[in-house]
Amino acid sequence: MAASPAYGEEKGGSSSLGEPEYGHDPASGGIFASDYKRHDDLKEMLDSNKDSLKLEAMKRIVAMIARGKNASDLFPAVVKNVACKNIEVKKLVYVYLVRYAEEQQDLALLSISTFQRGLKDPNQLIRASALRVLSSIRVPIIVPIMMLAIKEAASDMSPYVRKTAAHAIPKLYSLDSDQKDQLIEVIEKLLADKTTLVAGSVVMAFEEVCPERIDLIHKNYRKLCNLLIDVEEWGQVVIINMLTRYARTQFLSPNQNESLLEESAEKAFYGSEEEDTKDAKAEAASLAKRKPYVMDPDHRLLLRNTKPLLQSRNAAVVMAVAQLYFHLAPKAEVGVIAKALVRLLRSHSEVQYVVLQNVATMSIKRRGMFEPYLKSFYIRSTDPTQIKILKLEVLTNLANETNISTILREFQTYIRSMDKDFVAATIQAIGRCATNIGKVRDTCLNGLVQLLSNRDELVVAESVVVIKKLLQMQPAQHSEIIKHMAKLTDNIQVPMARASILWLIGEYCEHVPKIAPDVLRKMAKSFTNEEDIVKLQVINLAAKLYLTNSKQSKLLTQYVLNLAKYDQNYDIRDRARFIRQLIVPTEKSGALNKYAKKLFLAQKPAPILESSFKDRDHFQLGSLSHLLNAKAVGYQELPDWPDEAPDPSVRNVEVPEWTKCTSREKRKDKVEKPFYSDSEGESGPTESADSEPESDSEESGSSSSSGTSSSSSEEEDEEEEEGGSEEQSEDKEGEEEEEEKRKKKKEKGGPRKASPRSVGSEEEEEAEGKKVKKAAGPQGKKGHAESSSEEASASESSSSGSDSGTEAPTVVEAKRRKIPSSKAGPKEISLLDLDDFTPPPPQPVPSSSIISTSLVTDLEGLTLTDTSLAPALLSPAFGAVRTYELLHRMAGEGLSVEYCFSRRPFPGDPHMVAVQIQISNNTDAEVKSLRVSEPKLLAGMRIQEFPEIESLAPGDTASVVMGIDFCDSTQAANFQLCTHTRHFYVSIQPPVGELMAPVFMSENEFRKEQGKLTGMSEITEKLTLPEKCRSDHAIVQQVTSAANVGRVPCGADNEYRFAAKTVTSGSLVLITLEWREGAAAQLTVNSEKMVIGTMLVKDIIQALAQ
Amino acid sequence: MIHSLFLINASGDIFLEKHWKSVVSRSVCDYFFEAQERASEAENVPPVISTPHHYLLSVYRHKIFFVAVIQTEVPPLFVIEFLHRVVDTFQDYFGVCSEVMIKDNVVVVYEVLEEMLDNGFPLATESNILKELIKPPTILRTVVNTITGSTNVGDQLPTGQLSVVPWRRTGVKYTNNEAYFDVIEEIDAIIDKSGSTITAEIQGVIDACVKLTGMPDLTLSFMNPRLLDDVSFHPCVRFKRWESERILSFIPPDGNFRLLSYHVSAQNLVAIPVYVKHNINFRDSSSLGRFEITVGPKQTMGKTVEGVMVTSQMPKGVLNMSLTPSQGTHIFDPVTKLLTWDVGKINPQKLPSLKGSMNLQAGTSKPDENPTINLQFKIQQLAISGLKVNRLDMYGEKYKPFKGIKYMTKAGKFQVRT
Repeated sequence: MAASPAYGEEKGGSSSLGEPEYGHDPASGGIFASDYKRHDDLKEMLDSNKDSLKLEAMKRIVAMIARGKNASDLFPAVVKNVACKNIEVKKLVYVYLVRYAEEQQDLALLSISTFQRGLKDPNQLIRASALRVLSSIRVPIIVPIMMLAIKEAASDMSPYVRKTAAHAIPKLYSLDSDQKDQLIEVIEKLLADKTTLVAGSVVMAFEEVCPERIDLIHKNYRKLCNLLIDVEEWGQVVIINMLTRYARTQFLSPNQNESLLEESAEKAFYGSEEEDTKDAKAEAASLAKRKPYVMDPDHRLLLRNTKPLLQSRNAAVVMAVAQLYFHLAPKAEVGVIAKALVRLLRSHSEVQYVVLQNVATMSIKRRGMFEPYLKSFYIRSTDPTQIKILKLEVLTNLANETNISTILREFQTYIRSMDKDFVAATIQAIGRCATNIGKVRDTCLNGLVQLLSNRDELVVAESVVVIKKLLQMQPAQHSEIIKHMAKLTDNIQVPMARASILWLIGEYCEHVPKIAPDVLRKMAKSFTNEEDIVKLQVINLAAKLYLTNSKQSKLLTQYVLNLAKYDQNYDIRDRARFIRQLIVPTEKSGALNKYAKKLFLAQKPAPILESSFKDRDHFQLGSLSHLLNAKAVGYQELPDWPDEAPDPSVRNVEVPEWTKCTSREKRKDKVEKPFYSDSEGESGPTESADSEPESDSEESGSSSSSGTSSSSSEEEDEEEEEGGSEEQSEDKEGEEEEEEKRKKKKEKGGPRKASPRSVGSEEEEEAEGKKVKKAAGPQGKKGHAESSSEEASASESSSSGSDSGTEAPTVVEAKRRKIPSSKAGPKEISLLDLDDFTPPPPQPVPSSSIISTSLVTDLEGLTLTDTSLAPALLSPAFGAVRTYELLHRMAGEGLSVEYCFSRRPFPGDPHMVAVQIQISNNTDAEVKSLRVSEPKLLAGMRIQEFPEIESLAPGDTASVVMGIDFCDSTQAANFQLCTHTRHFYVSIQPPVGELMAPVFMSENEFRKEQGKLTGMSEITEKLTLPEKCRSDHAIVQQVTSAANVGRVPCGADNEYRFAAKTVTSGSLVLITLEWREGAAAQLTVNSEKMVIGTMLVKDIIQALAQ
Repeated sequence: MIHSLFLINASGDIFLEKHWKSVVSRSVCDYFFEAQERASEAENVPPVISTPHHYLLSVYRHKIFFVAVIQTEVPPLFVIEFLHRVVDTFQDYFGVCSEVMIKDNVVVVYEVLEEMLDNGFPLATESNILKELIKPPTILRTVVNTITGSTNVGDQLPTGQLSVVPWRRTGVKYTNNEAYFDVIEEIDAIIDKSGSTITAEIQGVIDACVKLTGMPDLTLSFMNPRLLDDVSFHPCVRFKRWESERILSFIPPDGNFRLLSYHVSAQNLVAIPVYVKHNINFRDSSSLGRFEITVGPKQTMGKTVEGVMVTSQMPKGVLNMSLTPSQGTHIFDPVTKLLTWDVGKINPQKLPSLKGSMNLQAGTSKPDENPTINLQFKIQQLAISGLKVNRLDMYGEKYKPFKGIKYMTKAGKFQVRT
């Protein structure tokens, strides 16, 4: 390590002011003197006032650290500079601190106050870096300070600081694992964060601190899936790996049905025992079930959202997606990963090495996947040996009857390679091909036999070993080859090969009874000139022949044994003596003699030629453990698929309805609203939390969505609670509390429509009045339905209006309240204070909006347990829905059934319309086993029946949801409603407006889409608006009540736009209402589906005319 | 995740160490040296080595081993990819990544490493962001720094990390706005003894050098996007747009970057632009062998083949070669047995050839295998797959940029078996 100028930090002398100085070599004399004051100059420089001197000193110190030299004695001098103004000095001091603080804990404490000050800095980057260094100092005393800092940073308004907080969590955990519970709380909070910046880091923290707490993921699962594409690449790897494990615990195996058919067919050919047992298990499982498999939509979501990442430039990401597909995807879909993996083979050799290991494992299970890319695994002479051997492994795994001839031709080239290790591996590979594919066994054997004449000992030895293995499988059929090999003894000089041949002949001497003694004769002749290993095998051969064919070979054996008796090698002499005693019966030889034949000619098991990569896939692919084929420290087992799928509703995050639709089905139309994400709904909030000023339209859109999404979580569990209680108390209403609840519910129902408008407060009062009426009155009358939907939006907007004024205090108040209330139960919060602040208004001031979101996420966390317990029953989204009669009380003999369209996506199938059915038992007997049967449907229509209701007590009401795919037609769905005694024929006919789901798009997109749907697809109608329908909100109200559409923002004053997609085919329905002077208006509907368009026009006009 | 990093040079010296968590003694590298000894060549050192308490993951580039120490389960590619990214960053910063360069800039290296990982987890790996955090050393800046005492560390705080386009620096300004795209295609092929193609495929990349002011939004479209079979993108490319319209739409990073790498679909027959005629004979009896190769153009679409270079690893038995080339220069290294022939441009009228004899070691039998011939060449202004850029448009900024597109075809792993 010659001291170059930049490196000369170890010089003595005190006057070196930055310029390089030579002449003092610590290795040459005066070591002690220079050691003693070795760093005096550095200390002096650090104490000086000049930044440049300090910097120079710090640079030298860092160079020392880099080389691994000890610089710990400078600690006091360095730590003083922690508050230095110069940024680079400061940074280098940080580097030093992080390196040595662990050794000098007391002194390190001096620096803490600086970081604590930094944590309060108005600049987010300084806050972040202070937290980063503070958490990197491994001093146990400051654990409480770190904990506090992390907690604070986790609710920082800057996502970058929150990211740093996530990074700090594993650091603190490694320092003091007792903090786990508190850290998990922070993780839980950060997991709910909606920014891409935080997602990767917090999942990393999750993996290090509490990978077993899979329950924390439920609520964030869909969000993580949707954010994934925008997360930075390293975060993607971590998230994908975690989600793989998650999916294995939560979903059913997508291959349970196929495994039966496919694998048993395959098994016949190539299966080995182990696979069989596995298959048998799978078969048993699938037989036991026999249920048709339907993939969980969340499972599908994960597969769909990870697929584009196969195109990543980062090999680790590609590998992560590949393993996810391998472990989670249905067999038919796994193929997509092959192309990407093959692409990685172009990368650096280390990457190739890892990828090939994984391909080798995959190619055993899924041979077909890589078959088209066979040629990509051909070996070049320039590949490193370890890559060659792995490629060979893959080629061997891919070999089958159709391609074996090409592969063998390729192997022929390899055998002549100069790289002998590789040649040996090739010979083994040929052996494996020969065992797996019966057709080519003879060809391979012949080829291998030819190799026996190779000059290279290694090649011959390897060939003989492989031939030996092959022959051991079917010795009877190959006496020809044994004969041929016997002939080779004349030519082959390589001792190892000769020895192997002799062993073979000895072992199978019964198959070549005529030749074996002759070989022994020849060998006896040349015995003295043979190598030692050959001599040993000659003795073996002689012994075996003596036992099987003593008549012909007795004398020869004695001759050989006599020769051996006087051999120079004591090993051979010993062996000869031993064998003579064993085989030649004498008086002394005793009992062993009887068993000699058994000893020598015992059936020796044929060696199994199989891939070393077999069964490696019980390790998660792409993991270190898989690569090493041994469990690495901290490896998380990949769980087996569950037999029963856990409750999928735990993942319901209660985002507003439209978000679900858009993220599930309508993604294609909406490109690049949030940056590059295709997950509009979820990443909308990303931006609002990002404290980056956005364009106005987007801001309002995203903030409203963040508001609604957070508010809806409380709503859901509240509703679910009510779902039961409400119906029971339907008739005996009037209690104040009930009323209160109802009001809340409607208020939150409003945001679902997501059309924020500002409305005066008088209207709210008016609505208030109506609400009371509605609450008191019986449900289901048309007029009321409409008015209540009006209230809903009115109250929603007013609540958001009042918010913007009093936001900050509310938030603080709520925060204070939160602590006691968490004990009291989440329900209380949602009832009392939540509606005050849940929908945060579009606030240009970033700080407050961020606090409020993080607060809201807090509360979301609180409600978590409640929702997960509640059943996945969906009650109608809001009071606005019209209720239809399915079965009248009279016709149903006391059983009355009503239904309404809840306007929520039907869980399980996005193409179905959810129909909420309410059944009340007005008889005085219990009604049992209520169910749907014998649906009579038109072609293409499908019904997802509700689960059978066991019993319904007299006076009780039950509410269930069923899904119907109407195929975008208004044809009725007919079916029977059965009880234990009666069958009722009923039918559900959907209004055309219910056959669609709202779509949210920007004005431009709307125009663009509209441009595509002109001509035949456009229907225009003139109408006059009645008096009461001449306000903005009344129009919107009427249209949205007539059809399940979403409003599209519009620049013009007198124009209203709505968009939706039909539920089954997903074709767009665009509605434009132009309000001209006075009462005149023009309605335009654009849709591919002309029938739907026409009917919709009619319906809307009717609604508006009322 | 990544605990520590050791840089080891060819002679086995650890010349840099960096720890992100507690210090791991450098003696852990002994396991690595053991493995290195076992593997005859540097490329054969296994990238993953398991030791009793740690795992060593290494990459070998520019004659330096980058050895990362990890303690717990982590996807190996994660670490390997990261290490390669580190090397790329060094190269980007210092022009070359060599031991001398790293030693000379040890402080910058240390600062960069500090920013790239936090507690072993990658933090900032985009070169645009790193360069904002820590300015790369240039000669001018070194001079200025020594005089004024100013620093390499950026004094404004980097905002790139916080933006929605994390790969682009903010506040970029140029007087000349220009965007250059190089479409470079490489042919990977194995040609067998008789001259027929065993396997051939085309891999391509589009490397960009974009120097544009502000936040430009570019779109690049192809005449024949169908050719692209498998693509991988820089994170800036909007995937959905590509899926639906086959258009590359992106906000580019500032400076040089690889926009896209692609693979041309296998259905298209690959045109092989050169052929090699060879006659290599070892005779059993005598200690002389004959060696004769000729390189000629074929299917070059009228373009000249340049920069042709032939290398061949001769069997161990070859002691020396006496050859005469018709053009270019050749070298045979008797120690490594590597024959290199720098041919230059191929003139179709007068095909370059290399003829002569080989001296074999007396007494040994003739080598089993004839040497394989590795070929390198370049063809300017041609993308062998026929890929053509249709147009490049810029949105979001007012000025008119200068745009340029260049095509080139190269040999990738082009091997002729003899």
